[in-house]
Amino acid sequence: MLQTNTFPKHECLGIHPAVRFFAMLFVSLIFSGNQAWALTGAEKVALVRGESEQRLQMLDKVLAQGDVTATVYLQQLLDDAVRLDGDKVLIVTDEGATNVMTGERTKPSEAAEEVINNNRIQSELEASIATLNLLSQDASVRLAAAQKLQGTEANSSRLLLIAKAEKVETDGKIRALLQQVRASIELTSDNKATRLAAAATLAASSNSSIKQMLSSRLAADGETDAEVKAAITQALKKIDRDLATFELLGQVFTGISLGSILLLAALGLAVTYGLMGVINMAHGEMMMIGAYATFLVQNLFLKYLPAHFQWYLLAAIPAAFLLTALVGILIERSVLRSLYGRPLETLLATWGISLILMQSVRSLFGAQNVQVENPAWMSGGIEVAANLVLPYNRIFIIAFAALVLVMMWLMISKTRLGLFIRAVTQNRGMASCSGVNTSKVDALAFGLGSGIAGLAGVALSQIGNVGPALGQSYIVDSFMVVVLGGVGQLAGAVYAALGLGILSKFFEGMAGAVLAKILILVIVIIFIQKRPQGLFAFKGRVID
Amino acid sequence: MITRRNFVKSMSTIAASIALMGTASLANAADTIKVGILHSLSGTMAISETSLKDMALMTIAEINKKGGVLGKQLEPVVVDPASDWPLFATKARQLLSQDKVAVTFGCWTSVSRKSVLPVYKELNGLLFYPVQYEGEELEKNVFYTGAAPNQQAIPAVEYLLSKDGGAAKRFVLLGTDYVYPRTTNKILRAFLHSKGIKDADIMEEYTPFGHSDYQTIVANIKKFATGGKTAVVSTINGDSNVPFYKELGNAGLKAKDVPVVAFSVGEEELRGVDAKPLVGHLAAWNYFMSLKNPANDEFKKKWAAYAKSAKLPTAGKPLTNDPMEATYIGINMWKQAVEKAGTTDVNKVIAAMGGQKFVAPSGFTAEMDAKNHHLHKPVMIGEVKADGQFKVVWKTPGPIKAQPWSPFIAGNDKKPDEPAK
Repeated sequence: MLQTNTFPKHECLGIHPAVRFFAMLFVSLIFSGNQAWALTGAEKVALVRGESEQRLQMLDKVLAQGDVTATVYLQQLLDDAVRLDGDKVLIVTDEGATNVMTGERTKPSEAAEEVINNNRIQSELEASIATLNLLSQDASVRLAAAQKLQGTEANSSRLLLIAKAEKVETDGKIRALLQQVRASIELTSDNKATRLAAAATLAASSNSSIKQMLSSRLAADGETDAEVKAAITQALKKIDRDLATFELLGQVFTGISLGSILLLAALGLAVTYGLMGVINMAHGEMMMIGAYATFLVQNLFLKYLPAHFQWYLLAAIPAAFLLTALVGILIERSVLRSLYGRPLETLLATWGISLILMQSVRSLFGAQNVQVENPAWMSGGIEVAANLVLPYNRIFIIAFAALVLVMMWLMISKTRLGLFIRAVTQNRGMASCSGVNTSKVDALAFGLGSGIAGLAGVALSQIGNVGPALGQSYIVDSFMVVVLGGVGQLAGAVYAALGLGILSKFFEGMAGAVLAKILILVIVIIFIQKRPQGLFAFKGRVID
Repeated sequence: MITRRNFVKSMSTIAASIALMGTASLANAADTIKVGILHSLSGTMAISETSLKDMALMTIAEINKKGGVLGKQLEPVVVDPASDWPLFATKARQLLSQDKVAVTFGCWTSVSRKSVLPVYKELNGLLFYPVQYEGEELEKNVFYTGAAPNQQAIPAVEYLLSKDGGAAKRFVLLGTDYVYPRTTNKILRAFLHSKGIKDADIMEEYTPFGHSDYQTIVANIKKFATGGKTAVVSTINGDSNVPFYKELGNAGLKAKDVPVVAFSVGEEELRGVDAKPLVGHLAAWNYFMSLKNPANDEFKKKWAAYAKSAKLPTAGKPLTNDPMEATYIGINMWKQAVEKAGTTDVNKVIAAMGGQKFVAPSGFTAEMDAKNHHLHKPVMIGEVKADGQFKVVWKTPGPIKAQPWSPFIAGNDKKPDEPAK
């Protein structure tokens, strides 16, 4: 009994490990009955052929045998490794194909097709695998299985197995989970007392899928008994209370997340428009170029460094910054230099540039969107509560926006270049007299603004589409943030972005996305009328 | 560098070539039949419509190779209405009165079709419209080769109500804010009522074109889903689908818990998307690229070869989809009708269209209804796979007849199933 020593003390909960082991063995034996341990070829075939209904009946039979080794085949079925080849059923793995009836090695023919598992069969397969895994020796496997079973649909053939597993379970946490699983199945029991007990057990959970189960039980064709109904309503109320806090937190998070995107999009403009006064209609296209730079870096990684593909995004950040900064400097040197102080012409010229950039990208990469993949570490999220998942890509963008903001603030307020930029924007003549090369500073400042727009492009490529028109959808928002925050103010842009983000998410929750957009625009218009200088007026001797 | 002299020179070359083209087409006017192609090649709809233009050109080239129609070669006239709805009408008028095309293949959004309709009626032109739409229309001058609501939307929702589709009890109707989603959802709401689903169990939401932040909507769907088994019916159009599906994946809303069935998401729309988080979500169409049958194998092979020879930017990964198949069927059926009528005269071709049959890449024989200008098509429901293709999980045993006037809209039962003469 060497392995029993490996059980940590707290797991034992009074039952001797050896007793537990034999109990497990006993359960497995009961369920295996007189049948063979492994799945027969005929059973394997029956699991993949015919209508969903028949296949699921077969799955129930397999489950009733309580044979843990069946999970191997079920998993293969779930992973699309099982193929139908004419009248044969094959398991195709990296090592080759095996015929399930004969166990022979064969080669799949051209016509071999994957078994079609619709969502219903897939979830039944997953639930069955999890149920069988409850019989595992490994506590972590059992825990994962019990968690997986939370909120799965009621199925009485699984109940038997789950109840037995619960009885011999020694780990308190797993047992509590199993109790809830059993309760959610027993909610449809014929016995009123059982149903009442089940409702009481479920009230302790704050799982939204259990809430779904309880509320569907309350629906017209569900529970009929008034007492049980009251118990279910009580349980629902308790779960709702638990969920409400997280709902509010979720709303704030989405608001901040939208705000951080607005901020990233507007930061570059805060330099080119806010500080330099250039109405840059091509600002959106700078973001678009940044996003395409990400796409190019991604392809380079795919081609030359596929092993490090995960980290392409980090390489894309400097690449996008440098490329867009370069394009920005080029535009400033070639076009904008001769247009300073002529806002109308600047507006037209930059609009023209934006059209040229869009069309060139369309000619180079095609009119269709290009595919930018999220690295694996950006997919998914942290599950704070059952109804609150914080996606990694949103967290990344919030952190990224904060980082860019801090870097930019340091650059503007602490470096020599920043000093020059501030000097030139406040009083060009005086700065020039003091020996500042104003035309070089102009070029660098515009390059900086464009580069930051490029960084925004990297972030946007992770949450939305990368296509030639990417910039168009953000240009209005960017101007809105800068104007609302007060032209010439970085802090203003931050407050305006977060404010607009949270406000529009708040409206969206109340009135829907279309109305929210309109409401926000109306508010901004009224605000600008009442306070044309924006949230924060520029305090200083600004020369217009 | 373009110097002024160069510029003048190049302009005059262009002018000369235009003039040449003009005389060339005049000279050929007698022995070619002109065919108009009216799809947006720039602007927001370019993403979807560009491939339809290319598919039309491929089909025309194929017909020409086999000797053309009535012994004449087809001559495509391609115009770009640039996703600008009024411009569609202008370009249609130009095709009909200036180029004198015998037939036009074009339009994607319902609003563009509504824009050109008066032109085709006034000048008695002929339009083939290849995209699924909301119905509520039946015009003598138009043949609809895409699906009507009963060939896509209704069967898809029936599937969601079935056990295999998850036996949904609550529905989220989510769409882009314009005529197609609004009308479709009106029909679906009436259909759901007929299945005993109450208004409290239906959530209807719209987003503007190009909406990209679906956090709130996905959170709302999640909250709504706690009230009972929920399914989402998405009529989101264009590239808004990408951020929507990404949000679904990241928020942990799996197809097994809350399946999303989409009516405007096909292979081409998923090209720019990482499909892994979307696995298991559904789409309803009349054709999928993944279908295995001889007609589709040939269709895909032809398309891949054409994309390569025409050096299309997408030639590296040639994709086919439902509206492309509908375009292909439409042009071939028009050819058959012209041959039956012995002329390209619009009224005679319209009369010859009824009952035309064509072995479609879907593996079924598509048939033009004798009267109602719509195709009899099979309905299929596919689940998204990790590679952006669809595996068919359900299909009708055979083609079904279109009902352009949905019985789920009041007053439609009195409307005749054929266009007014």
